[in-house]
Amino acid sequence: MGSGKFLNLRIAWRLLLAKRRAMLMSLGGIVFGIALLIVTQAQTAGFEQFFIRTILGTNGALRIQDRFQPTVASMVAHDETGGAAMEIALREGSTYEPGIRHPAQVLEGVFAFESVLAAAPVLRGEVAISSGFRTMEGRLHGIEITSYLAVSDLDQQIVRGSLLDFAQQSDGVILGSVLAERLQLRVGDTVFMRSRQEQRRFRVSAIFESGIELVDRVHFYAHMRETRRVLNEFERVSYIQATLVDPDLAPMIARQMEYAVGHHVASWQERERSWLEVFRALKLSSAISMTTILLIAGLGMFNTLAIIVMERSREIAILRSMGYTRRDILEIFLMQGVIVYTIGTLLGWICAAALTRTIESIPIRIRGIFSTDHFVMYWSFQHYLLAAAIAGVVVLTAAFIPARRASLIEPGDVVRGTSG
Amino acid sequence: MPASAPIVEVRRLNRYLGEGEGRVHVLRDIDLTLDAGQTYSIVGPSGCGKSTLLYLLGLLDLPDSGEIHLNGIRADNAGEAERTRLRGALIGFVFQFHFLLAEFTALENILLPLLRQRTIPEPEARAWAEEVLCRVGLRDKLHRRGNQLSGGEQQRVAVARALANKPPLLLADEPTGNLDQANSEALFALLHELAATHNQTILLVTHNPDLAQRCHHTLPMRDGRFI
Ligand SMILES: Nc1ncnc2c1ncn2[C@@H]1O[C@H](COP(=O)(O)OP(=O)(O)O)[C@@H](O)[C@H]1O
Ligand SMILES: [Mg+2]
Repeated sequence: MGSGKFLNLRIAWRLLLAKRRAMLMSLGGIVFGIALLIVTQAQTAGFEQFFIRTILGTNGALRIQDRFQPTVASMVAHDETGGAAMEIALREGSTYEPGIRHPAQVLEGVFAFESVLAAAPVLRGEVAISSGFRTMEGRLHGIEITSYLAVSDLDQQIVRGSLLDFAQQSDGVILGSVLAERLQLRVGDTVFMRSRQEQRRFRVSAIFESGIELVDRVHFYAHMRETRRVLNEFERVSYIQATLVDPDLAPMIARQMEYAVGHHVASWQERERSWLEVFRALKLSSAISMTTILLIAGLGMFNTLAIIVMERSREIAILRSMGYTRRDILEIFLMQGVIVYTIGTLLGWICAAALTRTIESIPIRIRGIFSTDHFVMYWSFQHYLLAAAIAGVVVLTAAFIPARRASLIEPGDVVRGTSG
Repeated sequence: MPASAPIVEVRRLNRYLGEGEGRVHVLRDIDLTLDAGQTYSIVGPSGCGKSTLLYLLGLLDLPDSGEIHLNGIRADNAGEAERTRLRGALIGFVFQFHFLLAEFTALENILLPLLRQRTIPEPEARAWAEEVLCRVGLRDKLHRRGNQLSGGEQQRVAVARALANKPPLLLADEPTGNLDQANSEALFALLHELAATHNQTILLVTHNPDLAQRCHHTLPMRDGRFI
């Protein structure tokens, strides 16, 4: 037996040991709930991070795209160029002009931001691409290879062929892996793109795989010069792709940049909002289902403690008769919950880490929205804290109610009930 | 009569128990004064209110009217916290049925009140608890659990536990009730010896007239009053 605060803890421990079996059940539930909560969060977040990494590596953090202007300014622009076809009234008080007419000028404005790491112009268009085998719609991206490599992970996504070949061949293209597969194309093969009047001939220099099906199925790259010919666009670019020192700040920088350059600037969070929402919903729903396990464990613990309090009213009365206060009794019963909670959380954490490690190392070929060769798990201490916090609320609530009942037991009522 | 103030002073104490039809006037205008260092026995037929009176004096129960002063402190209308404090500081209680905590060893049962009061450091408390247990003849059963002891042994542990804190007032409700003659004698002798060495006041309920006689004072009780 210890003294002081530990005295109540030791008494709690003893009462707990006397109900070992029932308490082990609650403990198991807590361990199980915490471990599963963490693992499911790690897994969902793993795919989310994978997605974000790929999106950032493919599309950059910021995309500077269409021009927008207050009406007055746009009238001037209208008079200057006479290109009325390019102007669309987006909403009252502003006009809207697709693409970037003066990329060099806008790039200058973009690089004025210190948080911009790199920026590269891209000209994009939907193009029919054919092999000898079949023709498919693809999304052609015209790039300047050096600047584009600075704003993407394209170099790391190459699975066949080489970027060097692409850089050296003016008619080179880089195809998404799914697209290449569907067209039955290999590195070195010839492909055709239909321009307005003529078929233009290209050669497959490399094949890339981002891991995101949506990208790998339609994306392909060619040199900017060739792309201008195919798309018959010799002035504008579709957008400028930029990477940032801190991608998390993209929405804020996007807003500032819009004012600076007069173009709509989309952050990756804005562009991928629907996907990010899906991940959020997945994380939330899995957290809710795992919380159910914790709730059941909490209910079990509530039951066990309520039974202990009923069975031990005599012991409680004796303790009270010895000078133990209501607060002592409350503590003794709360501590039983805290002990189970603490052990449960630690064991749950250990199980979660072990499970995460194991799942991570299981080789599994996923080909769907994502392609990966093993489960992507994201380690975040926040998941561990989240699980501990949820379990804490559940368990402490479950312990508090019986503990309070115990503290309100009147010693007189109990001893009178049992002695003659 | 000792010169010091009475340890217990009770004035016109009334206690009703039960509800509605079954409501019983258990204690009727009890007046009682107990002096420090004296031993008192209450005798009387079953159901006359002896236990009820002890619970009131032990601050385990509240009277319907009347006053209880312990060591000069008004206790009957004190708050819950104050009554718990007085209980811890002044009173040792031996219940009619031994009432040990079953999960704890004999030694730990005695340490429970000692450590709660925090008047002496733990090693000292442990040594003293062992000594008290030896005094009640349980030298070789220090580490037995409550539920591994016989009824008589449990009762001796309960007495040792009540005495261990050296409370100024020891309340014992038929402490020898389920012991044989020899064990009763031994326990009783022990109570008196310990009380005498520490100037403790004892108020005990007993059905054994021989034992009652050995107290300084005998208080016969009937139908909720002293006669
Ligand atoms: N909860 C109760 N409700 C009604 N009457 C009670 C209750 N508890 C005890 N009594 C009555 O109070 C009287 C005194 O009981 P008690 O103090 O235990 O007597 P004793 O200890 O002298 O045998 C008895 O008549 C008993 O029936
Ligand atoms: Mg009785």
